[in-house]
Amino acid sequence: MRYLVSLLSALSLGFAGTALAQGKPTDGALGFQEPVTEIARRGFAFHDSFLLWMCILITLFVALLLVFVMVRYNAKANPVPSKTTHNTFIEIVWTLVPVGILVLISIVSFPLLYYVDAEPDLAKIASGEVDATAEERAAAADGWITVKAQGNQWNWTYSYPDEVDADGFALEFTSNPLHYGLSTDPDIGERYLSVDYPLVVPAGRYVRYYTAASDVIHSFAMPSFGIKTDAVPGRLNEGWFKVDEPDVYYGQCSELCGKNHAFMPIEIRVVPQAQYDAWLAIMRSGDFDAAAQRVAVIETDQQFARLPAAE
Amino acid sequence: MPMDEVALDHAHDDHDHKPGFFVRWFMSTNHKDIGTLYLIFALIAGIVGYALSGLIRWELAHPDIGPLMGMMEYFYGLEGDAAREQAKQFYNTVITYHGLIMIFFMVMPALIGGFGNWFVPLMIGAPDMAFPRMNNISFWLTVAGFALLIMSMFVPSGNGGNGFGGGWVLYPPLSGLKGHSGPAMDLVILSLHTVGIASILGAINFIVTILNMRAPGMTMHKMPLFAWSILVTAALLLLALPVLAGALTMLLTDRNFGSQFFVPEGGGDPIMFQHLFWFFGHPEVYIMILPGFGIVSHIISTFSKKPIFGYLGMAYAMVAIGVIGFIVWAHHMYTVGMPVDMKAYFVAATMVIAVPTGIKIFSWIATMWGGSITFAVPMQWAIGFIFLFTLGGVTGVVLANAGVDHALHDTYYVVAHFHYVLSLGAVFALFAGWYYWFEKMFGVKYNGFLGGLHFWVTFIGSNMIFFPQHFLGLNGMPRRYVDYNPAYEYWHYWSSIGYAVSAVGTGIFFLCMADAFLRRRKAEANPWGEGATTLEWTLPSPPPFHQYNTLPRVKDTGDH
Repeated sequence: MRYLVSLLSALSLGFAGTALAQGKPTDGALGFQEPVTEIARRGFAFHDSFLLWMCILITLFVALLLVFVMVRYNAKANPVPSKTTHNTFIEIVWTLVPVGILVLISIVSFPLLYYVDAEPDLAKIASGEVDATAEERAAAADGWITVKAQGNQWNWTYSYPDEVDADGFALEFTSNPLHYGLSTDPDIGERYLSVDYPLVVPAGRYVRYYTAASDVIHSFAMPSFGIKTDAVPGRLNEGWFKVDEPDVYYGQCSELCGKNHAFMPIEIRVVPQAQYDAWLAIMRSGDFDAAAQRVAVIETDQQFARLPAAE
Repeated sequence: MPMDEVALDHAHDDHDHKPGFFVRWFMSTNHKDIGTLYLIFALIAGIVGYALSGLIRWELAHPDIGPLMGMMEYFYGLEGDAAREQAKQFYNTVITYHGLIMIFFMVMPALIGGFGNWFVPLMIGAPDMAFPRMNNISFWLTVAGFALLIMSMFVPSGNGGNGFGGGWVLYPPLSGLKGHSGPAMDLVILSLHTVGIASILGAINFIVTILNMRAPGMTMHKMPLFAWSILVTAALLLLALPVLAGALTMLLTDRNFGSQFFVPEGGGDPIMFQHLFWFFGHPEVYIMILPGFGIVSHIISTFSKKPIFGYLGMAYAMVAIGVIGFIVWAHHMYTVGMPVDMKAYFVAATMVIAVPTGIKIFSWIATMWGGSITFAVPMQWAIGFIFLFTLGGVTGVVLANAGVDHALHDTYYVVAHFHYVLSLGAVFALFAGWYYWFEKMFGVKYNGFLGGLHFWVTFIGSNMIFFPQHFLGLNGMPRRYVDYNPAYEYWHYWSSIGYAVSAVGTGIFFLCMADAFLRRRKAEANPWGEGATTLEWTLPSPPPFHQYNTLPRVKDTGDH
């Protein structure tokens, strides 16, 4: 699979190639955001180097056929029409060739779907039982980071069921947008993408997320992660991702949820483990503002600080 | 098809008693008059739906809530941020009513009610529909449904402002008491119930007419493809709409009588509504496009001066699309939290539809192959349809892949995809049919230059609207957003410019119609010549009030 994807990437049109901002949209872009998870890399490569070509070639093929018949068989070029109405061979061909194309698509599509949708077995990855890089084995050995995203009208409540705050409850906080499309919007952050208290996860770790909702249906979507999971009241949905590069990544609610549907963004700060641990310690004490300040600048593993895009 | 070998024996014109104006148009039992009423109705609803999409493109041309805020200031006397807040809810109602009106009150009434009523009886050699008075009920229930829908736009939503703003898919809990507690949603339910009954009655009428009232000698395998397309469409309506009616009734009792079908607090499940809705909703997509398939087949054959290639394959491809259309519904729901094996099934089933669709595309091209093609206005629209429908079809195959759809679901990529198959597919087929049968229906000629200009401006404009939306969707722009990050502005702006171009095209359309109806150039019985072989071209234009007083006979040539 990995080999197949890299082979396909070589054929890619390079839609996501140059000068794309990471983790957020780029004006005038023609393709996906820069993929930052293996899910997105595989999915986007499947699209860019296979499905997209299939679209272009089939559309061009039909267009060329149309142009050809219009030129060759217009009334001037061909005054006497033929009366042909059947050709069993060609009919079999245009039934079986599309079937063949669909089979080809399936060969890549189904493994991709199961990779995306089925939570990876970390024990097997750690023990080397399944094909994985050394880095993935190490990450798997560290186990899951579990977060829960609950959609509300109109913000997200994040909780870390494995982390207990000072009062003995699971760590939980609500993440509000900075911008509401109003004149009172502050002039900071990414418009309609930044929040007050972002979701923070460590880089290079397997993250399992659950989605739920308290009122109507919402959808937890991160374009650069290649994930989207509806948050449905009365249900608990799940998904997973692993982002290796520390940075700020943005997503937006993707299921119509009422008046402020466009104003409940998702901001995920992926930070090095050490910074995550420091953030977690402050969060446990209940000082959310200080914690947010602690991840305002994303540190790299070399402690080289650089300003995230939001500042 | 052996339509050119039809023995004709119909008396006409000599006893053409038309009733007075009120009885003729308000108590009509004549399939042609009812078809005309449907077309006029669809035109009016289409103008409303098109104006609503203009509001969408106007608002989204640039970031920041602008034009809609101005409207709220004007209509509600609100100022500043209060107007912006109101505009957010208003935007949601605009997209909702745009969808509902275009689907239930424009495309369906025009293609099925309009062209179906007009040409199914003419093509199969029947004097009228099987149940003429039921036909009348169908039409006026559609009008009543539209009135209820328009009313719902002006009554309270329950969460600020008027109208229902939960999208045409009506997902609870947003469409339930929690999301929209006001009467607007109840009126939407009643509207869809009403128009649903109208469609079911119409479907029964078409099925009975087609199965029982074909002219002597016209076997099913000699029946024109448009009649086939309406038969398959009617079967889909008959099977799909009761499921919608059930889901809507459950929603209605949830809202008003304390049931908890879709209320999670009471043990219900909102996802069940989505399954029921899309069990109707996916066939509904084919309900909108199949009549277009039929129309395009006739036009391609007529202007290529060749019989349709692979007639039986064409007919049964439509049947196959209809059957498979019922077992793919959950591909609209890849992100709701279905088990992965279920997704895998729906991926496979969905991709299978590409096969009969491909058969149709290639058979149209094969019909043109070897033909003697002329490019009259309907042919331009039909060829445009084939190209645009192909483009919309291939992005459908992309979306069928659940692994990729996780990134594209509920983004503008989906908006682009379904507008390519509907706004540029069904609507192009609709205009193709309009220009094909215009002389036949109204007895006057239109100006071919204006019709062609209408095609080219609309072709360029609608592609400008929807092609850039693929890019927006790939880059992550979610659907149904009143405002967006400035990084999406470039393509949104182009999309809105495209709308302005398409509006010029619509203006040309009305100019073309005004010219045709004011000049009143007398129509010919068959303006398209030897290629037009179906029975309606044997009648004068417009046809007599009652046709086929003696049934036409279709000779058995052993074809097919």
